[in-house]
Amino acid sequence: MEVLQLLVSGLANGCVYGLIALGFVLIYKATEAVNFAQGDFMMLGAFVTLGLTNAQYMDLPFWVAAPMAIAIMAVLGYLLDFFVLRHLFGQSQTAVVILTIALGFVIRFIAGAIWGHEPQTLESPLAVGDLRVGGVVLGMADVAVIIVTVLLTLFLYQFFQRTKLGLAMQAASQNQMAAYFMGIPVRRVQGMIWGLSGAVAAVAGILFASKGAIDPNAGLLGIKAFAAAVIGGFGSLPGALAGGLIVGVIEPFAARYLAAGYSQIAPYALLLFVLVFRPHGLFSQVRTKKV
Amino acid sequence: MRIHFKTSYEHDIRLFADWWSFFVYAALIVVAVALPWIMDEFYLGEVTNVLIWAIAGLGLMLLTGQTGQASLGHAAFLAVGCYANVIFMELGLPFLIAFPLAGIVTGIVGTIIAIPAIRMHGIYLAIATIALSILTDDLIVLLEPITNGVSGKFAPTITIFGIEIERWTTPDRFYWLVLAVTVLCTLAYRNLLRAPLGRAMAAVRDSEVSATAMGVHIARTKAASFGISCAITGLAGALMGFYAGAFNNETFSIVISITLLMMIVIGGLGSIHGAFFGAVVVAFLPQALSIAKDSIGGGSVAIPGLETGVFGLILILFIMFEPMGIYGRWMKIRIWFELFPFARKDMFKRQKSYLKTERLR
Repeated sequence: MEVLQLLVSGLANGCVYGLIALGFVLIYKATEAVNFAQGDFMMLGAFVTLGLTNAQYMDLPFWVAAPMAIAIMAVLGYLLDFFVLRHLFGQSQTAVVILTIALGFVIRFIAGAIWGHEPQTLESPLAVGDLRVGGVVLGMADVAVIIVTVLLTLFLYQFFQRTKLGLAMQAASQNQMAAYFMGIPVRRVQGMIWGLSGAVAAVAGILFASKGAIDPNAGLLGIKAFAAAVIGGFGSLPGALAGGLIVGVIEPFAARYLAAGYSQIAPYALLLFVLVFRPHGLFSQVRTKKV
Repeated sequence: MRIHFKTSYEHDIRLFADWWSFFVYAALIVVAVALPWIMDEFYLGEVTNVLIWAIAGLGLMLLTGQTGQASLGHAAFLAVGCYANVIFMELGLPFLIAFPLAGIVTGIVGTIIAIPAIRMHGIYLAIATIALSILTDDLIVLLEPITNGVSGKFAPTITIFGIEIERWTTPDRFYWLVLAVTVLCTLAYRNLLRAPLGRAMAAVRDSEVSATAMGVHIARTKAASFGISCAITGLAGALMGFYAGAFNNETFSIVISITLLMMIVIGGLGSIHGAFFGAVVVAFLPQALSIAKDSIGGGSVAIPGLETGVFGLILILFIMFEPMGIYGRWMKIRIWFELFPFARKDMFKRQKSYLKTERLR
């Protein structure tokens, strides 16, 4: 029973990692760049919702505030691409990596300046009550996280496989120049993907904030989401979710069964292990280039 | 403009392009040596800090600027160098042996880590090195019998041929020591660039496919780059330990890794000057910010995250408008004056590369 409880709470945590990892993967799929600020995006999304919902700020009903926050984050994502990342067009991937890390610093500073550095809780209707299934206790927030994550992953997967825009996004990353020749507005498509990943980050933020308190450093969770994205292999949406779940499940088990110092390094050790033996993730989509 | 009329291949690989630049750098060294008589102790300490950061920057520059492998985990190697040096000295080795030995140990550790790392590319390498940086913190705690864990260690006093060197009591001697190491590292770096290995590194950075075609052994070049880069970084780490006086598992955090990478980007990737310019920015930014805060009447109000926020903003502006960093801007201004009035705007236009993925779908 204890094992089952650990497993279930691990899955719920893993879904949050998976959601952040989805944001990485979206941007990676469309622009071949990694947004190291995705965790901070999530934190910002959570704080925007908190600012709209909580009594001491705007005091809007949660079900009005949540879609608004998602829309705000989508617009922010698009504007970020429009004003900043579009200027990097044609620069190396490393430049984007460094830029997004810097962006994370700036977002953390801005969030701290607006909402302060004290941990705050979101007054969310998801946070009340819990579900008991035969001895396993599961918070309603955890149930919501799992359901939303699975639905969102399915939706995004279908979006990339079936819709015209999704295919255009893949084409834009696979070969930018060819995509131009095919009449795909590559820049606008990239802007849209940043908007989309902003929206996904907001969803992740809302769910994360429903599970517990947030503060401006919550974005550092993004590093664990990296582990998730890498284990799943960048560029694969179901892989990101699977990676998130693996990391999420390993954490409580490591904390329960390993010695104190070793438990927190378990996800990173796994990350290094996967990178060493399968450098492109478990769900690899890369062939080695032959010379 | 000075025109270099090259009559032999030797001219291409000389350490200094002409006598003028030799005199400029010689003058710079004379000024640097005379600095303790010019500056007061506080600013001398700051300059020492700049030089230590510059050595660490040189180390990372070799890997990231010269070989094109972005590492976000170099604080780990700072830590290895720092701990190795202090442990050797506690075992009774004199500084003159312990210090190079610390560099060698760090270099060996770096080469061992490079063996899996050379299979990774760009982003994957960056993430693996982030994980490494996080693991270092925990490993130092786990290895408590050697590292003293959370309570940390204290840097001993350096003795070279009976002369005692300590950061607080004799800041001028410590400054000269750091300066000597800086000059040696810079000369080693500059010489490496003239050697076949340095050129192989640049070839790997520019195109691995072309480098292979030209007969460069990619894995060996990358491993050598990792090793030398880590060795230099380890030396910087040892000096950082002396500069800080005391250190524990949190001294060499991931923030240091990130700052180090950002520093060389702001300074200008791929140039020796860049490491120094970046180090000046990193070391003096906190001072400049507190002076600015005082002048607008902010007084003693501490704003958490302000430093990193401003640093991030500066970096974003640099990557957007001057990807070549401070050194790139300086080159542009210098060439504009040298060519006056013939400089054209499109002389520095960078070639755009279009993106292609290696994924199947």
